[in-house]
Amino acid sequence: MTNTKIDLPTEHCETCPAFYQLEQMGIKVGDFDRVIALAGNPNTGKSTLFNTLTGLKQHTGNWPGKTVTRAEGGYQFNNVKYKLVDLPGTYSLLSASQDEEVARDFILFGQPDCTIVVTDATALERNLNLAMQVMEITDHVVVAVNLMDEARRKGLEVDARSLSRDLGVPAIPITARSGEGVHTLLATVAEVIEGKVATKPIRVNGTPEFQKAVHELSAMIEQMSPGIPNARWLAIRLLDGDARVQQAITSGELNEIVARQQRADVQFSGKMSVEGRQ
Amino acid sequence: MTTSIQPNDVLAKAEALRNNLSTGFRDEIVKSMYSEAESIAHRAVKTASDKKYDFDQKIDRLVTSPITGLPIMLLLLAALIWLTVEGANVASDAIATVLFTLGDWGRTLFEYIHAPWWITGFVWDGIYRGLAWVISVMLPPMAIFFPAFTFLEDLGYLPRVAFNLDWMFKKAGAHGKQSLTMAMGFGCNAAGVVATRVIDSPRERLIAILTNNFVPCNGRFPTLIMLATVFVAAGFGGFTSSIIAAATVVGVVLIGVGFTFVMSWILSRTVLKGEASAFTLELPPYRRPNVSRILYTSLIDRTIFVLWRAMQTAAPAGAIIWILANVPVGTSNLAAVIAGWLNPFGVLLGLDGVILLSYIIAIPANEIVVPTMMMMYMGAGMMVDGPSTNEAIRSLLIGGHGWTMLTAINLMLFALLHNPCGTTIITIYKETKSLKWATLSVVITLGTAFLVTFLTATIARLLGWA
Repeated sequence: MTNTKIDLPTEHCETCPAFYQLEQMGIKVGDFDRVIALAGNPNTGKSTLFNTLTGLKQHTGNWPGKTVTRAEGGYQFNNVKYKLVDLPGTYSLLSASQDEEVARDFILFGQPDCTIVVTDATALERNLNLAMQVMEITDHVVVAVNLMDEARRKGLEVDARSLSRDLGVPAIPITARSGEGVHTLLATVAEVIEGKVATKPIRVNGTPEFQKAVHELSAMIEQMSPGIPNARWLAIRLLDGDARVQQAITSGELNEIVARQQRADVQFSGKMSVEGRQ
Repeated sequence: MTTSIQPNDVLAKAEALRNNLSTGFRDEIVKSMYSEAESIAHRAVKTASDKKYDFDQKIDRLVTSPITGLPIMLLLLAALIWLTVEGANVASDAIATVLFTLGDWGRTLFEYIHAPWWITGFVWDGIYRGLAWVISVMLPPMAIFFPAFTFLEDLGYLPRVAFNLDWMFKKAGAHGKQSLTMAMGFGCNAAGVVATRVIDSPRERLIAILTNNFVPCNGRFPTLIMLATVFVAAGFGGFTSSIIAAATVVGVVLIGVGFTFVMSWILSRTVLKGEASAFTLELPPYRRPNVSRILYTSLIDRTIFVLWRAMQTAAPAGAIIWILANVPVGTSNLAAVIAGWLNPFGVLLGLDGVILLSYIIAIPANEIVVPTMMMMYMGAGMMVDGPSTNEAIRSLLIGGHGWTMLTAINLMLFALLHNPCGTTIITIYKETKSLKWATLSVVITLGTAFLVTFLTATIARLLGWA
């Protein structure tokens, strides 16, 4: 598909600071450079952000073999085309529910270039649990602290800098409804993908005996599939007796991912804008 | 590149390492992740003093604390039931008096216009009396219990109940959300079965479905309340008596909840083996209940709905009873003959043949068990005045039909444990799409009911209490 320009966004979007760089691509996601996953608890405004970024046209269907709705859309930011995959809203990635399995599988096996975890600024504590679980799987995470307008109304002040430092990944305050902070969010996502912003997610270690077991097992997994991106997480899931991960290991799905990872990165000039950084 | 390590080696190693780890390691990790999230959020968020938020948290600390959470829950349940017992007593008597007087007038009118005796009997002693009983026995408790229950629901208390009970369900190998579907079961078991859709794991969902019937639904509450009031609490005066009655019903409810846990435990270790899965439960902020909405949902959606369903089954049931009682078999009638066949088995369970026959007739809706039973005892067509007071019911059952305290207690246990009503069985079939599970739900509950009543009857007799 050629990347013809679609009509400029509606007047609603003109208030949005990302207006000049952001172009909503709707369902034209056939030809993209990067894949972004959108995770988050239910009722955090995840869909609002999705719509703000992609426009109202979305590609919807079901996840293979599941009754969970899958929505995809595209946007272009500073001449790089992104495909945005809206994951089901979940509170965690630990249980066996369909929603959580879909979200987890996509982050793990779908290998998105970056995962945005949308959180609710007014209930940050609860929301961070999911963010931390996503950070267990992948390094490329940006936390979007949404509903800042509501937080202000409730007299809450969110210190994004402290949050970024503690989490080890960028935390960007936004209000998806009004578009506030969305530009910074997209710029940060681009920087994380480019490696201009280094992420070092905080990870929970558990008891010494558990750490030892994880260490032993992940060493073995790395030996089995050299270059695997998240041997530690796989080890933890295996210790937990996760059937899906067991199956992925025996079916060779993992080795395929490693192979894809080792292919030369898609070449493109990364002139990422840092304008408007707060 | 050759790799010496094969996938199966990794899996075997994981298995070995897992067996060496202490059992609580999963919970340990989740717990430390949550406490880490808490401290990070705490550092990042500055709260301007928000009184309501603080107040909510204080209440939550109290109602979800491991120490005070359960007692508060029990107290609330007891208060709810006491209110129902106390209020329903007065209203039931009044409604029964009015309805039975109306019935007498109707009968007189039919006799005055010289209608054939069997039409008069069929209409007034059969159908009408069935309806009158259902309305007077069921309407008052429902009209009190449902709004009160809906009030707690609207307030946001039910998720806290789920939170308090979660660890027990987990111990039983079931899903924590089962406490929510169990709470729904107090309203209606069929609704509770449908509500199990919130449970994602099929195994845990089946457990929730199969055990839902162990909490008494609204149709069975009046039975329990009547028996507790008329028999257990009758020896005490006034205020004490309603407290005793409420305590008895709470006790029965707790036995039901106990059976829910025991049966979940048994199921999760036999036919439905597996681990309990973790889930996140959001405790919503407390809301000011909306009175008009409470009254609407509880009175229109629930009370009228349940009552209407009961009346639809009570009318034909009343007719059937009247026919059974008026088809002569020798010197006796059909009802008495069938009850006579069932009697030896009934006595074995500490009940009698009439009670069992009533349960068979009342399969479509449990609500009408007591009215059915009373009508058969009275022998429709022979007694014109229904016993409208508790005293009259008591003397009819004890004096006329040899009831003892054992009969009353075993009937309460039977009412608690026996098979789901017709609607619930059909709902289970629809939800599981399996004849096997629907059948099993009947077998499990009925088996438990027979076993428990048989044991209590035998023990009571051996000890010389009955």
